[in-house]
Amino acid sequence: MMDYDRILSKKATEMRPSGIRKFFNLAAEMPHCISLGVGEPDFRTPWTIRDTAIAALEQGKTRYTANAGLRELREEVCRYLKRRFALTYQNENVLVTVGGSEAIDLAIRALVEPGEEVIIPEPCFVCYEPITTLTGGVPVHIATKEEDEFRLTPEELKCAITPKTKLLILPYPNNPTGGIMRREDLEAIAEVLRETDIMVLSDEIYSELVYGEERHVSIASLPGMAERTVVINGFSKTYAMTGWRLGYAAGPKAVISAMTKIHQSCIMSAPTTSQYAAITALKSCDEAVEAMRTEYSRRKRLVVKRLNEMGLHTFDPKGAFYVFPCIKSTGLSSEEFCERLLHEKEVAIVPGGAFGESGEGYVRISYAYSVSHLHTALNRIEEFLTENGI
Amino acid sequence: MEEFLRIMEKNARLPLEEIAAMLDQTPEETAALMDEAEEKGYIHGYETLVDWDQAGVNRVEAMIELHVSPRKSCGFDDIAQNIAAFNEVDNVYLMSGSYDLMVTIKGHNFQEIALFVAQRLSPLDDVISTATSFVLKTYKRAGRTYFGEEIDDREWNE
Repeated sequence: MMDYDRILSKKATEMRPSGIRKFFNLAAEMPHCISLGVGEPDFRTPWTIRDTAIAALEQGKTRYTANAGLRELREEVCRYLKRRFALTYQNENVLVTVGGSEAIDLAIRALVEPGEEVIIPEPCFVCYEPITTLTGGVPVHIATKEEDEFRLTPEELKCAITPKTKLLILPYPNNPTGGIMRREDLEAIAEVLRETDIMVLSDEIYSELVYGEERHVSIASLPGMAERTVVINGFSKTYAMTGWRLGYAAGPKAVISAMTKIHQSCIMSAPTTSQYAAITALKSCDEAVEAMRTEYSRRKRLVVKRLNEMGLHTFDPKGAFYVFPCIKSTGLSSEEFCERLLHEKEVAIVPGGAFGESGEGYVRISYAYSVSHLHTALNRIEEFLTENGI
Repeated sequence: MEEFLRIMEKNARLPLEEIAAMLDQTPEETAALMDEAEEKGYIHGYETLVDWDQAGVNRVEAMIELHVSPRKSCGFDDIAQNIAAFNEVDNVYLMSGSYDLMVTIKGHNFQEIALFVAQRLSPLDDVISTATSFVLKTYKRAGRTYFGEEIDDREWNE
């Protein structure tokens, strides 16, 4: 008998399973369960993007691309970053990856030495910590607070910096809180970093999903910051292309070259069909993106208003497609809240604790669902609160 | 108003409070918009999308292409309004292309519709010819599919 506990690497066995998975597995066994759990758009990829992919297949464009990605796609990425976020990059500053996730992995591996510290503001997307740990880096968490609109403050950043600090993860617009960093917030962070050698991994995957009059600002667009920032973005959220697995990193040439070396060894090149499709996405889908943003924005207002009315204090998120209501008033832990809601009313949401300790006392609700679906699920949550007198 | 109409087009049955929330308005403001839209004829009414097949009720629907002779003074409007006045008629459209008016009509059976075309529609003075096509199966109506709800197969992949 093979003893796999001894055979598997310590690093792999010590990885904690995602707290989101657990609830999905529970929910999957309940046929009438309605979910507000997923972190991907409910829209289909716009047809013109799919059409381009079909044409690429018909024309037999089925080989590897250059390791860094199709030249034309990288050029379009540069044009897009310029036009939307005033970022100036050339082809050699861009690496096309298998989703934003691969770009995050490569950036951390290319930058972090064992023992070096990676500052991670929480609550946040679940991948930064395990990748840091696998690399031998040391995660240093900063708990962002609702009273700061879940923004990273320069004071807290200063406190977290040590001589070992190598990298700051800047995950805004934020999953799960919906918090964003405005220009003045970023300027204060940049001011702390300018005199240091600390790099920034700015995960801007939700950059097109910012609501109201606000527009996303990239920290790399601030004076002196492009040279110390790796911008991560991708097609999944903006163009509803999650299954196409395509993202990219843009940053200083030396960092992108190092990331490309790792990418060469473990991926070779991102999916070719997806790359051709992505050129169309960047060139001609602004209207489709705006239509999706308008719809998310309507849903967000509906969900925030109803949750607040039923007594769950809910921060009005400025970006992404999640709300992060506070459930402390119920006296339940976020895990208990979600478990009981699942069993009593068959509604699946994610406990805030899955996004870091500071997410405790909150739950994440996704509004990547139709209005009628949201309406039904919100009614059930309201019943749950009323019946339990909480 | 445009945003209100866009939301109403798909969600007319939602409580007023929720439509107001989506518009970032008070329910009173939204109620006023609703009154205005109905008064000014931006909203002509609210229809229920019944799947009669699913309900096991016999219903037949036909689309009738009409050639008519327009009149000098009022073009197609008079004859179209006369046809629209029949209770049996659901929709009347003036069309570009090879015929003039498209009329849709619902009945309990084929015979009922055939009689309507033969006895009421064809004899009208201005009607030159009719071509009736029966609907065999509905796949989509007013933006809703009739072949079962799409299954949400998204996984929790985070």
